[in-house]
Amino acid sequence: MALGSAAILAGCGKAPEASTTSGGESKGGEKTKRVLLNVSYDPTREFYVEYNTIFAEHWKKEKGEEVEVRQSHGGSGKQARSVIDGLDADVVTLALSLDIDEIAKKTKKFPEDWATKLPHDSSPYNSTIVFLVRKGNPKGIKDWADLAKPGVSVITPNPKTSGGARWNYLAAWAWADQQFGGDEAKIREYIGTVLKNVAVFDSGARGATTTFAQREIGDVLLAWENEAYLSNKEFGEGKFEVVSPSLSILAQPPVAVVEENAKKKGNEEVAKAYLEYLFSPAAQKLAAKHFYRPANKSQATPEDAARFADIKLVTVEKFGGWAKAQATHFADGGTFDQLNKR
Amino acid sequence: MSAGTADATASGPGARRRRIIPGFGLSLGFTLTYLSLIVLIPLAMVFFRASGLGWGGFWKVITDPNVVAASKLTFGASGLAAIVNCVFGFILAWVLVRYQFPGKRLIDAAVDLPFAMPTAVAGIALATIYGPKGWIGHFFAAHDIKIAYTPIGIWIALTFIGIPFVVRTIQPVLEDLEMAQEEAAATLGATRWQTFWRVVFPPLMPALVTGSALAFARAVGEYGSVIFIAGNIAGKTEILPLLIIAKLEQYDYAGATGLAAYMLVISFALLFVINLLQRWMARHHAI
Repeated sequence: MALGSAAILAGCGKAPEASTTSGGESKGGEKTKRVLLNVSYDPTREFYVEYNTIFAEHWKKEKGEEVEVRQSHGGSGKQARSVIDGLDADVVTLALSLDIDEIAKKTKKFPEDWATKLPHDSSPYNSTIVFLVRKGNPKGIKDWADLAKPGVSVITPNPKTSGGARWNYLAAWAWADQQFGGDEAKIREYIGTVLKNVAVFDSGARGATTTFAQREIGDVLLAWENEAYLSNKEFGEGKFEVVSPSLSILAQPPVAVVEENAKKKGNEEVAKAYLEYLFSPAAQKLAAKHFYRPANKSQATPEDAARFADIKLVTVEKFGGWAKAQATHFADGGTFDQLNKR
Repeated sequence: MSAGTADATASGPGARRRRIIPGFGLSLGFTLTYLSLIVLIPLAMVFFRASGLGWGGFWKVITDPNVVAASKLTFGASGLAAIVNCVFGFILAWVLVRYQFPGKRLIDAAVDLPFAMPTAVAGIALATIYGPKGWIGHFFAAHDIKIAYTPIGIWIALTFIGIPFVVRTIQPVLEDLEMAQEEAAATLGATRWQTFWRVVFPPLMPALVTGSALAFARAVGEYGSVIFIAGNIAGKTEILPLLIIAKLEQYDYAGATGLAAYMLVISFALLFVINLLQRWMARHHAI
């Protein structure tokens, strides 16, 4: 119902004020200040707050120009739709390449081969799916097989509404695929059993974390590694334990410049630099501090690096890329809909 | 609405017949433009975008088993919430109008809270209280009754957000009701029940129906407060607005707007029937 009005509102809603005149050379004491809008997803909030500060310092040193980065956070898919509907993002830093693909396809504001523009498939930091269990791991949950045991209550957001939850589902599928040697019937039986053990399908990742951590529902939360460590920190160390399964999926949240928006605001150069600097040693170290696996592992401090357990990681390419995984598993009538019956 | 009072000063002394709002043409023009911009055009967009589906596609969307289950739940729980609000909203309004007691103003103000509170906050609070480990929920959990993450939880959330609609529509009517009529009925030998049913109830009837219909309409479209307490289990506790979000998440704009159009049509039809019913009853009761 709110659709139409949302589209209209998006036009005048969050758009930042026009950035200042281009022309980097500031005359005398006259300072120009650039405003950059980074449209991101939920769990990156804390990371980007710090990153924006170090980038602003870096840019000032390089170009002598002040830059202020504004942030917008929300579910990855919702954020992508806002950009499609006209939100003035200079850069997008989202959870799934699918979401950025969709922006490129629908708005044509940047080429569809955006992922080739930066190193590591334009993913400066990675994560993976791990288990968060209650202190002492009372149900003895060690690996994916344990999620299908009777009496185990699982918490995960709903893959239909949460981009993050799609990684959870694919990680479970990838493990089952290896376990059962690709026997599709057995994989489906396993996934179906796990889905029956899900007590609550929250609509987003943070909601699921609240359900598990604050409402004390469920024995195990399927979460991004960075979210799992963050909850551990926020809700008091010692209340939960992070369990790394034997196999998981490599989640690669990608970034891209929305070229046409940046160009219009004269922000092309700074937007590009903003994303490139994500791959610098300082930013990589910062990502590790915020529990993301840096694309360039050697940059993390030994203390941070020690946290990232050696898990066998598969990529989404195993599923033929995001577009195919989405169509097979998460579109209406896909495997999730088929197996999520009770 | 408040434009009426604002414009009152604008009608100069030159006006031949003093109207509160200047000129029928001007005010109608304003009304139509305003309604179009805020309501009609966005709603038309829903139908326009949904038309991309075609009849076959539309039929496929609304006959999907999950959609059928969610429709029953959404309209059922909303209807039940409206009925409960109708009864208890009436009692609340009655107490607030007819009795004096300390803290009355506080309670009166509390009725509006569901209006003012961000619905997500309400949802999280409700889920926390009614969850199996929550203050209230754990009593029920001890008897193996689940509230949060079941249709009961959804119904509670929808009742919560609907309360003010019923109370606030009945209250002014109840205030206008003269006690003298009840006293007269009593002196003429009417029992308490007869006084209530024949004297008090008929004039309240339209407001009661309107309030409940508003509560119902609001409940059908509610997302924020329900989503945290629903559990969102396919075929069991998924509400229609969640399915719309799920479709948007797949960039299936046509499917999402199709579902929205379907909800709009059903809501409109139901409200239309309620309206007819109200008129029929008003005529029936006008003795």
